Amino acid sequence: MATVLEPIETNTMTPVPFRVARVRRELSDTFTLELEPPEGSFPFLPGQFTMLYVFGVGEVPISISGDPAEPEVLIQTIRKVGAVTRALNGIRPGDYVGVRGPFGKSWPVEDAEGGDLMIVGGGIGLAPLRPAIYHALANRNKYHNVVLLYGTRSPRDLLFGAQLQHWSARLDIETLITVDTADRSWQGSVGVVTRLIRRAAFDPDSTMAFVCGPEIMMRVTAETLTRTSGIAPDRIHLTMERNMKCGIGACGHCQFGPHFVCYNGPVFRYSDIEQLLTLKEV
Amino acid sequence: MTELKQVLAGMSFFEGMPEEHLDAVASCASEVAFDAGAMIFEEDGVADAWYIITEGAVALELEVPGRGHHVIQTVHDGEVTGWSWLFPPYRWVFGAQTLDPTRAIRFDAEALRVKQEADCTLGFELYSRFANVLAGRLQATRLQLLDVYGNRA
Repeated sequence: MATVLEPIETNTMTPVPFRVARVRRELSDTFTLELEPPEGSFPFLPGQFTMLYVFGVGEVPISISGDPAEPEVLIQTIRKVGAVTRALNGIRPGDYVGVRGPFGKSWPVEDAEGGDLMIVGGGIGLAPLRPAIYHALANRNKYHNVVLLYGTRSPRDLLFGAQLQHWSARLDIETLITVDTADRSWQGSVGVVTRLIRRAAFDPDSTMAFVCGPEIMMRVTAETLTRTSGIAPDRIHLTMERNMKCGIGACGHCQFGPHFVCYNGPVFRYSDIEQLLTLKEV
Repeated sequence: MTELKQVLAGMSFFEGMPEEHLDAVASCASEVAFDAGAMIFEEDGVADAWYIITEGAVALELEVPGRGHHVIQTVHDGEVTGWSWLFPPYRWVFGAQTLDPTRAIRFDAEALRVKQEADCTLGFELYSRFANVLAGRLQATRLQLLDVYGNRA
């Protein structure tokens, strides 16, 4: 299937300098930048990403992890995995980074209204989901049950730990957390995130699921949601990660079968990519 | 139908089990309760029972020399724990400690083994259901071993 592209807006290719207002250390290898948009506001939709540019080093795609209702600050959570993200880790308040975007398709938060919403995150995959959680909680009366299932490596790898604790204490969102490994001091669940699904309260016919994490975790979660829980594949959405460069579907670096992740995604319906997830070298 | 048999009949583990087999299993079952932090069974102890958790949570753990107790998995409402009773030498591979005040249904292993030997169709029913549980746990364990959340940079 050929992808029809809209004309490229050339101004989307020029990074805009944003001042770093705050750097928050989240985990040993993960941090959050709070950036000040020069025009005072940076509207975005939950699930969208930006291209962050460290001047003289390079550019990387980073999901937005802030509250879409607070566009006066751009919040991005980053894990040190390569040269650019390591350089971003050295950024201090008062420094500037270049920003292009926001890019990409968002979580379909409005399509999910009127039913149950299940959000499943793995590891740093909670970051791109957080804007959808903020949105759901700010519009709580538009959803029935809201469920957050989160899995990570160990208790010391819980991203946004204080916020997870806060959400766990709320009565209007069911938050279940699990880790892959723990010692006796951990009083929570141990096991893969899919084992939380059967403990959550949701109606499969009305549930919309948003899933983000390592690709194998998303695949197994989507399979469990469809085969065991009975959620239709077109009601499950995953956010894909590929080597995004231009952000506008022009360069082809992030091609994923017939799709460009930066332009047709990063959020995809599971039913649209299910076959691609089991192919090698896609 | 006894009250306990009724409870078992409503559990997914026993879904579709023939009446006579459910009777046999129910005759070996009893309700038990544990405080938070209680050991339900100890690693290397005699596997004289298995359990279905009806309320609370249980940590399955292994003593790792030099590293203390390592939690392998937690088991929650409606889930089965304990399959060492199925295979000789009938000793627990893991320990099981409650995380919360916990209620469970306990099944007497020796009594069930006697019934299975007398009626191999009961054995087939139980082994098939345990195989399903084991396959799910094995798949989950394989995913845990992949360490998918690790940073590979």
